[in-house]
Amino acid sequence: MTFKNRKRLNRFIVLMIVLVGMVICLFPIYEMVSTSFKYEVDAFSLPPKWIFRPTFENYRNVLLSNGFGRYFFNSVVVALSTTFFSVCTGALAGYSFSRFKYKGKKLLIVFTLLLRMIPPVILVIPVFVIWNSLGLANTRIGLVLVYIGLNLPFNIWVLKTFISEIPRSLDESATIDGCSDWMVFSRIILPLIAPGLSVAGIFTFRIAWNEYILSLVLTNRFTRTLPVAVSLFLTDAGTEWGKITAIATITAIPAFIFTFTAAKKLIMGMTAGAVKG
Amino acid sequence: MFSNGVMKRNKSPYLFALPAIAVLLLVMVVPVASGIRLSFFEWFLRDIRKEPVFVGLWNFVDLFGSENFQTSIRVTLVFTISVVCLELFVGLVLALLLEDGLPGLRFFRTVFILPVMIAPVVVGVVWKFLYNPSYGKINYFLSVLGLKEIGWLSDPHMALISIIITDIWQWTPFVFLLLLAGLQGIPSDLSDAARVDGANYLQNLIHIKLPCISGVIGITAVLRLIDAFRGLVVMFIMTNGGPGVSTEILSLHLYKTAFTDQRLGKASAVAVILLGIITLLSIIFITKNMKDET
Repeated sequence: MTFKNRKRLNRFIVLMIVLVGMVICLFPIYEMVSTSFKYEVDAFSLPPKWIFRPTFENYRNVLLSNGFGRYFFNSVVVALSTTFFSVCTGALAGYSFSRFKYKGKKLLIVFTLLLRMIPPVILVIPVFVIWNSLGLANTRIGLVLVYIGLNLPFNIWVLKTFISEIPRSLDESATIDGCSDWMVFSRIILPLIAPGLSVAGIFTFRIAWNEYILSLVLTNRFTRTLPVAVSLFLTDAGTEWGKITAIATITAIPAFIFTFTAAKKLIMGMTAGAVKG
Repeated sequence: MFSNGVMKRNKSPYLFALPAIAVLLLVMVVPVASGIRLSFFEWFLRDIRKEPVFVGLWNFVDLFGSENFQTSIRVTLVFTISVVCLELFVGLVLALLLEDGLPGLRFFRTVFILPVMIAPVVVGVVWKFLYNPSYGKINYFLSVLGLKEIGWLSDPHMALISIIITDIWQWTPFVFLLLLAGLQGIPSDLSDAARVDGANYLQNLIHIKLPCISGVIGITAVLRLIDAFRGLVVMFIMTNGGPGVSTEILSLHLYKTAFTDQRLGKASAVAVILLGIITLLSIIFITKNMKDET
């Protein structure tokens, strides 16, 4: 076999492996989306019906079901406000950590890194107890507060890295021109770290939108979010897989949108910290 | 010198960090501290209006004597070690295969992040459907291949394996992306020099590539370990820890002790143990990161 042919063969094998990987990766998602558009007869038929008559019946049932609109609204409000507040406070702290020297800073940085690792489930009991005594239980504000805290360490970390990459001479000359620290932050730093803000924003939104266990414990039927609603559909609807996959697909929509519009930023966020550069 | 001047002039560095620190204190530090305190008390969820009763270390004694807790520790170890090892292995093989790039690599990468982005609840729902014994597609494919059908989630010996498979599906792409980024960060003259010196692929792999990305591999492993200890939602949805307690990972054991058995103090003791494990892993992670930073 000539060298060129061998190289071609190698490429072919690699391509085959990638295709198999893609099929494995995508099949469960395809199964969810396609089942949500199937009538029950088609969803359960074996051998599977690869070609079927699509229906919106499941979506109509879900959208018209009691509470769905409220859960969807709660999810949007909770995820958006978490994102806004967590990214803002994260940027402020990241600016402080990257630009100033002061006592206790190193300790604070290590501390936030440690907090980043705290599993949400550890917070469930104490936050449940404390929020009950503060009157924050079963409120959206209570849930948003926990989510801001959960996301802050990552946001501080990512934004601090982005700010550190901006040359200091920029803020120094602005300070000489009479800018206060706040003006340096808002007029110079913030616009320059826009890519970092969107990485932090997407990650925060994703966690707030997807989080389940805290929302399950800290909300009631008026304030609960979509993931909790999905799990309730699973127990209530029993084997109504059409409805369940429909609401699951709706819950996954932001994931689809982010993946196909901001893949590069997502990879940047995922590899931040683990890989240099 | 200049920054000293700024520091003397105002208190703004503290003011900038203040909102974040206040939130972290309120929603993380205070709850974690009160959770640790609660682990020394007996307190029932149904009697939440009554005062907790101090019982010293009884909750821990109770835990270590409990068979369910021991099983849960074992389940946690089997789960975390197998997912981390398998995901690292598959991720590394994929990264090595694809490191030189392929037409359309960007598209593949995009597809590969989808499983990570999707909510754990949704992942649980989808795989519960796939594993369904009577109309799930996985058993159907097995029967097409002429193999015996498997009671994925109902067989106590299979349930944990099923959940491990789901985790591998969800997280291998993430591991792959990290390792690929690591491999692509190796200066190409290193491998070129080795090739000129007559090193074959395997030698190049063992003496150049793997040592170069050992840091990335280590960090990826710790990150995945920490995540694997945190995860419970997929189990919660797919098996609720069953059959029996065969898939009851530590974090799910914590949740069920608190909200099914209603024993808040004992559940807090589980939380303390989980916290200890995570802190240990985090310290490894942080020292690795700090070393890179300086």
